[in-house]
Amino acid sequence: MQSPIQLRGVTYAYGTGDLARPVLRDVDLTVAPGEVVLLTGPSGSGKTTLLTLIGALRALQQGSATVLGQQLAGATERQRTAIRRRIGFIFQQHNLLGFLTARQNVAMALELDPATTERERLARASEMLAAVGLAEKGESRPDQLSGGQRQRVAVARALAGQPGLILADEPTAALDRQSGGDVVRLLRDLARRRGVPILMVTHDPRILDIADRIIAMEDGRILPANEANSASAA
Amino acid sequence: MSDVIPRSMPEASLLPWAPELSGEPAAAAPPPRRPRPGFGAAMLLPLRLAWRQLRAERARLASAIAGVLFACVLVFMQLGFRSALFDSATALLSAMRADIFLMHPLTTVSFKPEMLPRIRASQAMALPEVQAAVPVYLAQATWRNPEDGTRRPVQLVGFDTESGVMDFPGLAPLIETLKRPDTMAFDLRSRPEFGAVPRLLAERGPFQVQLGNRQMEVVGLIEIGPSFGADGNVVMSDVNFRRVVKERQASQVDLVAIKLKPGADPAMAVERLRAVLPADVRVLSQPDLVAHERDYWETATPIGFIFAFGSLMGLIVGMVIVYQILFSDIASHLREYATLKAIGYSNAFLGRAVLSAALILAVLGFIPGLVISTLLYDVVGKGTFLPLEMDLSRALSVFGMIFTMCALAGLLAMRKLRDANPADMF
Repeated sequence: MQSPIQLRGVTYAYGTGDLARPVLRDVDLTVAPGEVVLLTGPSGSGKTTLLTLIGALRALQQGSATVLGQQLAGATERQRTAIRRRIGFIFQQHNLLGFLTARQNVAMALELDPATTERERLARASEMLAAVGLAEKGESRPDQLSGGQRQRVAVARALAGQPGLILADEPTAALDRQSGGDVVRLLRDLARRRGVPILMVTHDPRILDIADRIIAMEDGRILPANEANSASAA
Repeated sequence: MSDVIPRSMPEASLLPWAPELSGEPAAAAPPPRRPRPGFGAAMLLPLRLAWRQLRAERARLASAIAGVLFACVLVFMQLGFRSALFDSATALLSAMRADIFLMHPLTTVSFKPEMLPRIRASQAMALPEVQAAVPVYLAQATWRNPEDGTRRPVQLVGFDTESGVMDFPGLAPLIETLKRPDTMAFDLRSRPEFGAVPRLLAERGPFQVQLGNRQMEVVGLIEIGPSFGADGNVVMSDVNFRRVVKERQASQVDLVAIKLKPGADPAMAVERLRAVLPADVRVLSQPDLVAHERDYWETATPIGFIFAFGSLMGLIVGMVIVYQILFSDIASHLREYATLKAIGYSNAFLGRAVLSAALILAVLGFIPGLVISTLLYDVVGKGTFLPLEMDLSRALSVFGMIFTMCALAGLLAMRKLRDANPADMF
C-alpha cells in the first residue's frame, strides 16, 4: 500500500545565489496511511516550509515528494492546484470568509467538485457541522462564533471535501487550553474514523498525546527518533 | 495507537478517497477523475461569491454603485447633448423634404450658403426622370416680437411652395394661403423669445409681424426646430422672400430642390445629374445633405470633441472608483483569497469572482443611472429646447461602455490577487 506522503532528499532555500538561505536540508519523511504525525521544533527549523511544500503551496526545488500519488517535483501550477483540492488545510487562524455563514464556508470546500449539486453541498456541509458539534450554528457568521467554534468550522471545512490528507499548522495557537485541546481531539477522531492521515505542525506541548508519531526538526533537518522522543517528553 | 479502521462505518457515504484503505491498486494512484466544471457552474459560482461579498458591506457597495451611477449619468448627458446639438444643427435641412438637392461646392454649412446660378435648376430638368426643380432661397432677417417688440434674427426659407417639390411638416394645408402677398408660416418650435406665436395665432387668427423692414402676416405654423444657425424659422414663397430680402437677385439661389418622377431611382438620378451638370454644383440626396451639414459641426467645430472628451472623463472617473472599491475589497480579504487558493481554488476562479463583482456593479449602477438620465433628459430638454430623448441604441451603447469600464477596473484590480499567496498562510 502506498504512503500518502513520501519525501526523499528534499532541500529548500529562500533567496538565490550568495543570499540563498537553506531552510530544509535533505529531508526524508514518510507518513503511513491513517497516521497522525506531529512536527515540532524551534521556529526557523523549517517545519512550516516543509508543510507548505507537502501542501503543494510552494514549488519543490530539490528532491522528490510524492503526495497522494502525485509527484510534486516539476509539477505545474495546475497540477499543484489539483492536488491541493485533495488536501484538507487547517491554519493558525480560522481564515473563514467573513461574509459567508458557517455552512456556506464549509460548502465552499465542496464547490470545487462540479459533480455535486447545491443541495448536496449544503446537506453535506450541515452533516460536517453536526460532526464537529455545531449543528445549531450553521447560519451564524464567523464573527458571531467563539474562537474555538470558528476553528471547529475550519475543521469541518477541511474534512468536508473528503481529503486524502490533513495538513494543520498550529491549529491551537489562537485558542485557549480547553478549546484548543477539544479542537485537535475532534480533528484526530474525525480523521481517524475516515482513515485520513494528519501532519500537524505544533509548538503546543498540551496536545502531543494525540500523535502516533512525533517528529522533531532543527536547522532544516529531522532529528533522529530517540532525540525526538526525548524532546516530546520534555 | 495502532489504527485498525472498521470497514462497517456508520457513515459509509462519507468514505474518503483513500486507496490505502480500500486496497485499490494505489501504486499508480490516479487522481480521482473529476468532470470538467460545466460552463454554468464555472460562471455562476464566482458570480454568487462576488455578490455575497459585495452584499456583506453595504456602505462600500453603495459607494461603488454611486460611482458607477455618476459615470453613467455623465456619459448619458454628454452623449445626449452631443446628439441633440447635432440633431438641432441639422433640423432645418432634415425638415426639407425633397428627393435631391443641388448646392454650391463651397457651401460648408447651410446658414452661410454660397450662391449658385438659378439656371442649374433648368438644366437639371434635362434629365427625363426629373419631374420638377425649384430654387430655394435662404437668408436671415430680424423678426420683431409681436408681444414685447424686441428684435431677433430668424431664418427665412423661400421657395415655390405651390410646386410640390419640397415639403415641410405642416406645410400642406397652408399652400393656398401662402400664395397671398406678404404671408409666411412660422416654425412652432422656434425659441420663445420670438413671442408666443402659436397662442396668438390661435387667439386672433392671422396677424401682422415686422420682418426685416416689412409687415408680414403669419398665416400658419410649420414644424422645423431651432438650430445652431438660427433660433427660429419662417417659410414663405419665393416671391414673398424677395419682397423681404430686396437686395437678393432671383437668379442667385442657395439650393435647388429636385423632385423625381415616380419610380425613378434616386441614386441613379444623382449619378446622372453629376454627369450632366457643371462643376459649380454639388449633387446630394437628402440624407447626404443632412450628413454634410452634420459633418461640418462634427469636424469643423470642437463640439464633437468636447462631448467625446466629457464622456471619456466620466468613464475614467467611474473606472477609478470601481477599481478602488474592488482593490480595497481584495486587499482587505487577502487572507481569505489566499485560503481559497490554498484549498484548491484556481487563480482563474478568483479572477472570475473579481470580474463578476465588477459586472454586478455595472448592472447595479446602470439601472438607476438609466432612470435618472431619462428624467434629466426630460427636465433639461424642456429647459433648453434641445431634442433630448432616451433611445434604445444609446442606452445599449452606454451600457456597453459602463460594462467595459467596470471590466477594465476588474482586470486592473485582479492584479492584486497575485499578492494572495497561499504559502504565506502558514
